[in-house]
Amino acid sequence: MSYEEVIFYFVAGLTVISALGVVTARNVVHSALFLILSLISVAGIFILLAAEFLAIVQVLVYGGAVTILILFAMMLTRVRDIQGSLNGKQAPLAALVSAGFAAVSIFALTTTDFPGESDKINVITTEQIGDALFTTWAVPFEIASLVLMVALIGAIVIARGEEGE
Amino acid sequence: MIPINNFLVLSSILFAIGMYGVLARRNAVLILMGVELMLQAVSINFITFAAYLDPTNATGVIFAIFVIVIAAAEAGLALAIILRLFRNRQTANVDEADTMKW
Repeated sequence: MSYEEVIFYFVAGLTVISALGVVTARNVVHSALFLILSLISVAGIFILLAAEFLAIVQVLVYGGAVTILILFAMMLTRVRDIQGSLNGKQAPLAALVSAGFAAVSIFALTTTDFPGESDKINVITTEQIGDALFTTWAVPFEIASLVLMVALIGAIVIARGEEGE
Repeated sequence: MIPINNFLVLSSILFAIGMYGVLARRNAVLILMGVELMLQAVSINFITFAAYLDPTNATGVIFAIFVIVIAAAEAGLALAIILRLFRNRQTANVDEADTMKW
């Protein structure tokens, strides 16, 4: 086993274990902290795939902004004071469905032969990403920024509530 | 050298775990965390295929960037809606917000 594979199995194991922590933790704040660990391990996977720009974006956007937002929402909605189980009655059925999904998709992709598969990871440079983003994908890029702005204005309007409340 | 299947299996497992979180949890914030895990799995898939199958252009990575942008927008909006739900109903549990079910 090469050292690359050792690192892969370590990071992948960390990702899966912390993801399991997110969905099984009994304390909601532990769940959020597991989510941060899981997202940062996914950034490690991105580095193994030679996409270091995305790894940095991942740590900034997910590790920073999104998890802080989630922790804020938890405090404002007093999730910690919930009495009783965090899982619904359907939890065993949900476990069955997702285990079935995992089994089917893993079976499908291990029996699939991907045409044109290279035997090494190809480095996609940040220069290449920037070039594609501002030429081929310029219009979707502008639309994405518009979507972000509309979503955030909408979020402010929804969260602020009516006057005099 | 890491085989392509390793990344794809990891992504499937992560997606299934996120799916379990979405289906099993009662609280809207915890469901949102499940959705985030599923989006991560999708990003890993995009970048894996970009790195192994299509080295000449960066389309897979661009799509992963768009996934991150949309996820950020979605998280902001969803948390605003959850906050509003909590203010009106004093609960953030999705099984208690069932006015449309008579």
